[in-house]
Amino acid sequence: MGTIVGFMGNQAVAEAMRQIHPDVCAAYPITPSTQVMEIYSQFVADGKVSTELVPVESEHSAISACVGAAAAGARVMTATSAQGLALMHEILYIAASMRLPIILANVNRALSGPINIHVDHSDSMGSRDAGWIQLYSENAQEAYDNLIQAVRISEHSDVLTPVMVCLDGFTISHSIERMEILSDREVQAFVGTYKPRSPLLDLDHPVTYGALDLQDYYIEHKRQQREALDRHALRVIREVGAEFGALSGRHYDVFEAYRLDDAELGVVVMSSAAGAVKESVDALRSDGVRAGALRLRAFRPFPAREMARVLGQLRAVAVLDRADAFGTPGGPLFADVRTALFDVPNRPQVVSFIFGLGGRDFVPEDAERVYDRLRTVAATSQTEPMCEYLSVRA
Amino acid sequence: MDSSTPQDVSQSQHWYDVKVPSVKQLTKKADLLAGGHRLCAGCSEGIVVRQALLASPYPLVAINATGCLEVATTIFPYTAWRIPWLHNAFENAAATASGVEAAYRALRRQGKIPDREIRFVVFGGDGGTYDIGFQSLSGAFERGHRLLYICLNNEGYMNTGIQRSSATPLGGQTTTSPVGSVVIGKPQWRKDLTGIMAAHNVPYVAQTAAIPIRITDLAGKVIRGLEANGPAFINCYAACNRGWRHEPADTVKITQLAVDTCYWPLFEVIDGEWRLNYRPKEKKPIAEFLEAQGRFRHLLRAENRHLLDQFQAKVDEEWGCLLRRCGG
Repeated sequence: MGTIVGFMGNQAVAEAMRQIHPDVCAAYPITPSTQVMEIYSQFVADGKVSTELVPVESEHSAISACVGAAAAGARVMTATSAQGLALMHEILYIAASMRLPIILANVNRALSGPINIHVDHSDSMGSRDAGWIQLYSENAQEAYDNLIQAVRISEHSDVLTPVMVCLDGFTISHSIERMEILSDREVQAFVGTYKPRSPLLDLDHPVTYGALDLQDYYIEHKRQQREALDRHALRVIREVGAEFGALSGRHYDVFEAYRLDDAELGVVVMSSAAGAVKESVDALRSDGVRAGALRLRAFRPFPAREMARVLGQLRAVAVLDRADAFGTPGGPLFADVRTALFDVPNRPQVVSFIFGLGGRDFVPEDAERVYDRLRTVAATSQTEPMCEYLSVRA
Repeated sequence: MDSSTPQDVSQSQHWYDVKVPSVKQLTKKADLLAGGHRLCAGCSEGIVVRQALLASPYPLVAINATGCLEVATTIFPYTAWRIPWLHNAFENAAATASGVEAAYRALRRQGKIPDREIRFVVFGGDGGTYDIGFQSLSGAFERGHRLLYICLNNEGYMNTGIQRSSATPLGGQTTTSPVGSVVIGKPQWRKDLTGIMAAHNVPYVAQTAAIPIRITDLAGKVIRGLEANGPAFINCYAACNRGWRHEPADTVKITQLAVDTCYWPLFEVIDGEWRLNYRPKEKKPIAEFLEAQGRFRHLLRAENRHLLDQFQAKVDEEWGCLLRRCGG
């Protein structure tokens, strides 16, 4: 059995990094992820890890240095939030297209403007099409577990795609949680030795990274990325999740289905807000309401088939988005869920709720409001308004 | 002090006392940039890069910013590079190289790669170095990575079709600093990037050009830069006949004029000490350099005489300052 500790989310992330022991970390501070690298820098200063730390002068340089180090053949990790992730944006696409297994811990925070340092998912949602795998963690335990699994997922020869592990800013990153950590030896055995495919530093086999593609090759290269995510990534995420379960006792799948088997009303949600949702489910169930919830872990690649299977028989589904997609019928997660359910015969009605932007708290009463709406939707089959904001001032 | 002539130093006293091969010796080495790439006829970048790669006594890994060199040498599925080469984006060559160099240190230290010397050379145009890539360059140099950064300075954003950069001098005609009836080419003088890099207190900073009169100046500086135990910066003048509007065959002649007018002096800053490498026998008037190129021809018109005078005054001022810095 593992060791029980009381760690903040950022501590859990730094601990996972220490045990994974990457060759290179290049990072720049930004609230609320800063502590990850502060803690890690202390590990380096005390000789607990022999990682080369590159204290770059911006997040754009952080991810650029990560690309350089990964192409060179090193295991590479970094951490950021919000504006930092946004500043990395163009390079995220490049990292994914170069098929580099970089691991990034994104401590979710609202994108400016206005400037706000608290949790929402606008930052990682803004990069959802960059070609990265995105895993959303409910709590510090899962953030720790996800990072360790991320190494195996990203480096898998069928995947070779960078992975972004998300955890909620402040709510998780700065809250102390009782959790279990593995031993250094167990983590090292699980992540194994990295065998880079075409490292720059192999002088006997010189390679060119980042060539120019004209109209005759670009689309084929992008299609290969789709194949990696469509055909292989979900399978690998589940395989690694099962293997991790055998090691730790905590088994991971692409989502957590909570009391959905015979549910009529369901809520889809990611990250820490799932806690309040699950509490509401329990309260409703004890009142005889057939409520359930789906906490999505793997947002990219999106497990459409699996989602259709567990949600297809419900009467009404509400998708909670902690980010908006202005100018569209609802939030970004909502769009993917609705698409996934479109072909299901007798598909459920699906509505969108935008909640918790800029750190606005999400409590069980808010979840109750959502289920109330679902009852109406199920009874009337009316989905207007299709998108509502939760818990705004009157 | 002319420190660029070939020397045979059997017992080096300083790290910068390097052996510089003769041109004949260089031509006997295998070319690391294959022919068949798509650089324009008369492009100086091919000349500079081939010389730099030939000069290196160490195996090299190259990191390249977006620009003419990168685009013309790596059109998939072909590459002209016989060494490991990485292109990431436009403004981050130095940051990308920092990561490669950090990985090299980490992996070598842990015995995950063979224990052999590798050097990292970074190529960027003035666009990717003076402007959009400046932050990345400054950061890498502050952190002290062992990199040799070679700026290929053709005084404009050439790959995107000749736009002004901060390296473009006063009056330079580009598509974003055109000559019109109200504004006559670029209003500002050029940025002194070499001086800025010298202020980063790194072991080696130099200015060079590929000219016959100092035919191993470039090679010698590359070798010295690779020998430096820390960041090294070489600002290499690189004529662009498309952007500068001259005949492709005149590339070397115009580069020589840049040096002989003292517009592009050849010098080094070694451990903070400024050393002049070349003093023309006769300092030519800047008009000779300007009239040879279409991008400056308007400066020779009578109504723009004040601009020509300003240009000459700036050249004289900077040359005088350089002479004082170099102790004479």
